[in-house]
Amino acid sequence: MTTPNMTPSLSPLRALLLAAASVLLLAGCGGSDSAASAGAAKRVELLNVSYDPTREFYREFNASFARYWQEKTGQEVAVKQSHGGSGQQARAVIDGLDADVVTLALAYDIDSIQKIGKRLGADWQTRLPNNSSPYTSTIVFLVRKGNPKGIHDWADVARPGIEGVAPNPKTGGGARWIYLAAWGYALQRELGGSFDKLQDPAAAAEVARAQQVAEQFVGQIYRQMPVLDSGARGSTNTFVQRGIGDVLLAWENEAMLALKEMGPDSVELVRPSMSILAEPPVAIVDTVVDRKGTRQVAEAYLQHLFTPEGQQIAAKYFYRPRDAAALEQYKAQFPDMQMFTIDAAFGGWQKAQADHFADDGSFDRISLGRR
Amino acid sequence: MAGHGSSAHAAELASRPGRDGLMSALARWAFISVSLAFLAALLFAPLATVFVTAFSRGLGDYFASFSDSDTAAAIKLTLITAAIVVPLNTIFGLAASWAIAKFDFKGKSFLITLIDLPIAVSPVISGLVYVLLFGLQGWFGAWLQEHDISIIFALPGIVLATLFVTFPYVARELIPLMEQLGNDEEEAAITLGAGGWMTFFRVTLPKIRWGLVYGVILCNARAMGEFGAVSVVSGHIRGLTNTMPLHIEILYNEYAFVSAFAVASLLTLLAVVTLVIKTLVEWRTGYRRRR
Amino acid sequence: MAFRQPSILPGFGLTFGFTTFFLGAIVLLPLTALVVRTAMTDWNHVLEVVFSARALASYRLSFGASLLAASINAVFGFIIAWTLVRYDFPGRKIIDALIDMPFALPTAVSGIALTAVFAHNGWFGQYLEPFGIKIAYTWIGIVIALTLIGLPFVVRSVQPALAEVQRDLEDAAETLGAGRFYVFRRIILPTVLPALATGFTMAFARAVGEYGSVIFIAGNLPLKTEITPLLIVIRLEEFDYGGAAALGFVMLLISFVMLLTINLLQAWGRRRLVGDRR
Repeated sequence: MTTPNMTPSLSPLRALLLAAASVLLLAGCGGSDSAASAGAAKRVELLNVSYDPTREFYREFNASFARYWQEKTGQEVAVKQSHGGSGQQARAVIDGLDADVVTLALAYDIDSIQKIGKRLGADWQTRLPNNSSPYTSTIVFLVRKGNPKGIHDWADVARPGIEGVAPNPKTGGGARWIYLAAWGYALQRELGGSFDKLQDPAAAAEVARAQQVAEQFVGQIYRQMPVLDSGARGSTNTFVQRGIGDVLLAWENEAMLALKEMGPDSVELVRPSMSILAEPPVAIVDTVVDRKGTRQVAEAYLQHLFTPEGQQIAAKYFYRPRDAAALEQYKAQFPDMQMFTIDAAFGGWQKAQADHFADDGSFDRISLGRR
Repeated sequence: MAGHGSSAHAAELASRPGRDGLMSALARWAFISVSLAFLAALLFAPLATVFVTAFSRGLGDYFASFSDSDTAAAIKLTLITAAIVVPLNTIFGLAASWAIAKFDFKGKSFLITLIDLPIAVSPVISGLVYVLLFGLQGWFGAWLQEHDISIIFALPGIVLATLFVTFPYVARELIPLMEQLGNDEEEAAITLGAGGWMTFFRVTLPKIRWGLVYGVILCNARAMGEFGAVSVVSGHIRGLTNTMPLHIEILYNEYAFVSAFAVASLLTLLAVVTLVIKTLVEWRTGYRRRR
Repeated sequence: MAFRQPSILPGFGLTFGFTTFFLGAIVLLPLTALVVRTAMTDWNHVLEVVFSARALASYRLSFGASLLAASINAVFGFIIAWTLVRYDFPGRKIIDALIDMPFALPTAVSGIALTAVFAHNGWFGQYLEPFGIKIAYTWIGIVIALTLIGLPFVVRSVQPALAEVQRDLEDAAETLGAGRFYVFRRIILPTVLPALATGFTMAFARAVGEYGSVIFIAGNLPLKTEITPLLIVIRLEEFDYGGAAALGFVMLLISFVMLLTINLLQAWGRRRLVGDRR
C-alpha cells in the first residue's frame, strides 16, 4: 500500500510512534525484578503455583515454614502463592510462569509440565515419599439437610431421577477424580469386589463386559446432571447457593470446607461405601530453582510438608494426612473408608486420561449419547 | 429533579413548543417505561445483587474488605494498566477515525473490519495469542528468558492483553460519528487558512466530543473490567499480578462473598466518574455557547 | 486509479500511518501467531476438532445466541438511547451513567449476579419457574447474559448520533406536514443508522467471544448449552494448543466474514442514504 501526501505532518508522526514505542518499552522493563531479589542472601522468595482448594491450607503452612526456615538458617523466606484450576496452572508453568514449586491436583498435570515444558526431571514423582503427595483426599457426597432422597452410596446417585452436580471432567482436575471414583466403584462391583482380574489375561472378556457396565453406570449419573460447572468451587456454589440438584459430588476437603463455610444447617456430608484415593502431588521445578538459586529452600519447603507440623496443618484444612500420628489425632474427622488407587483401577493417570477424557474417550461417548 | 440545570441540552429538547400534544406525552411515557423496565430486569437487578451481598454483613465488613494488602495491590495494578492503555487507545482512535472518516480510499471496510476484530476474538484466545508469542514455548520465549525480560505473567503482558481487548472502542465510537458529520466545516476551515492541528482542535474536536467521551469511558470500563484475557497472561500471583477482576474471582472462590462483591462494587464507582466527566463536558459546552 | 480520492484536508499520512502501525503491532501480529499455530498443527487433527459434532453444535449456539442478543440490543438499545437523549426525567443522569456497568463489572461478576437473579430460587426466577419458564442453565440464560454484555455498545453508539440529528430539519419537515413516522423513517433513521449498525456489529462481535459471564448461567451441557469458547478452554485443558488455536481461528474467520459483510453493507448504505449530503 502507498501512503501519499507526506506533507508537514511527518514529524508529529515520528513523535507519536516514538511515544508509543517508549511506553511499550517502559512497560517491558517492569517485570524482571524477581531474579534480582533471589541473589540477596538475607531474604528469599519462593513461588508456589497451586490449584484452587489449597488456598487456606497454604496460607497457614507458608507461615509455619517461614518460622521454621528462619530458625534454622536465619534467612527470611516469603512464599508467594498462585491459585487457579490445576490444568490452567500447569499450562502457566509450561508457558514460563517461574514457579519454584508446583502443588497440583493430579500427577497428570505435573507430568505434562515435564513432557511439554521440560522444566523438571522425569523422576519427579520418586524424589519424595508417598508418590510425592504429602496429603490425600477422596470423593464424597453433599446432600440436602436430612438427606430427603436417601442417598447413601454411588448406586443411589445413579438412580433414575436423582440430579447430581459435579464439575466438567474436561475442565477440572478434581472433576476427573470424581468421574473415576464413580467408574471404579461400578467396575469393582462388577468384578466381584476387587480389581485383581484387571491384571489377569484370562479374565479379559469379563473385564470388557464390566467396563461396559461401568460406562453405563457413570453415563446414567452424568446424563442426569442439570449443570456441568467449569470448576469444583463453581459446582459447590451451584449446589449450595443456587439450590440446584440433589447431591454434590466433591473432594472430601471441599465438602468439609463448604460445610463449615456455608453452614451445616442446609447440607450434610455422606460418605459412599467406596471411593478413590486422590493423591495431589507436589514437585520442584528444576529449571526455575537452578536459575534462581533457590533449590535448597524449595526442597526444604516440600519436605516440610511431610513433617508432623506440616501434616497437622494439612489435617486441620481437611486433607487426610499421611502421618499416622496426625491421622490418629483427627480420626473423628476422617472415618475409615475403603479406597482404591488410580494405579490399581485404571493403570495410572496417562492411561486413565487416554481412556476416559481424551477425544472419543468414555466421557465423550457418554456426553454425545445425550439428547 | 435530577439533571436540573446542567442538562440544558435535554431539557431544551424536551420542552420544544409544538411537541406537547397528547401523542408526544404518550410516546414519552412509553419510551421511558420500556427503557426502565428493560434496564431494571437486565442491569439494575444484577447490580442490586452485587450491593445486597456486599452490604449483607453491615458497613463494617464492607469497608474491612479493602484493608487487605492484596486487595490494595490489585486495585493499584488495575489503575496502572488502565492509565497506560486508555491514552494509547484514545490516540489510536483519533488517528484511525480521522484517516477513515475524512478520506476516501480503497479497502476502507476491510480496514474497519480489522479494527473490529479484537472485539470478536474470545478473551481466552486474546490471552492465548500472547502466550503463543511470548510464552516459554512461544516464538520469542527463549530469547526473552535469555535476556531476563518478563512479558507474560508480569505487567507488560497484562497491559498488552488489555490493549488488545480494548483496542477498537474509541475508534469505533468516533468513525460513524465523524462520517455522519461530514467534512464541510473542516474543508471551510482549511480553505480559510487554518492549519491541520488547529482545524482538528477547533472544528472537529468540539463536534465529536460526545463520541470521544463515550469511547474513552467504554474503553476505560472495559480495561478495568477485563477478566478472561488477563487471566491467561497474569499467572495469578497474589499481591503481584492479580488485577481487580482476578482478585474478585479469588475472593469469591474463597467463600469471601462479601469481600468479593465489595471489591466489585468499587468498580461501579466508575459510573460516578462517568457522571462527573459528562457534567464537565456539558458545563464547558454551555460555557462556550454563552460566550 | 488512485489509492485515495484527493482531498484538501491534511493529515492522511500521519493518521493512516499510525493507524496501520498500531493495528499491526497490537492486533495483526498476535493474530498471525494464532493463524501460524493453527497451520503448524496436524491437519487431520484440526479438521477433527473443528468439525466435531460438539463443535458444530457450539457454533450454532454461539452465533445464534449472539445474533439474537445483538438484535434485542439494537431494538432496546435504540429505545434507551432515545429516552436518554430526548427526555428528561428524575434519575436520568444516574441511569445514563450506569449504562457502562456491563463493561466495568468483570464478566464473572455479571454471570454470577445474573444467575442469582434468574435461578429458580432467585428474585425473578422464583416467579418465572411456576410458569415453566426456565432461564438459568438454558439457552435463554445465555442470550440474557450476551444481551447484558453488549448493551453499552448500542446505547453509546446511538446516543451521540441522536444528539447530533438536526432538529431544525425535523421541525421543518413536521411544520410542512410530514407525519411522525415519515420524519422518523426519512430523517432520523438515516442519520442514526450507521451508528446503530456499528452498535449492533460490536454487540454481536463481543457476544460471540464471550466466556466469563456465560459459563455461570449456561449449564455447559455438551451439544445443548456448550458455547465455542468453552470448547477452546477444554482443548487447552488437554494441553492441545493446536486444537484450541484451530477453534479460535474458525471463530475468527466466521466473525471476520460476518463483520466485513456488515461493514460493506453499511458503506453501501451510507453512499445511498447520506451520499447526497457529502
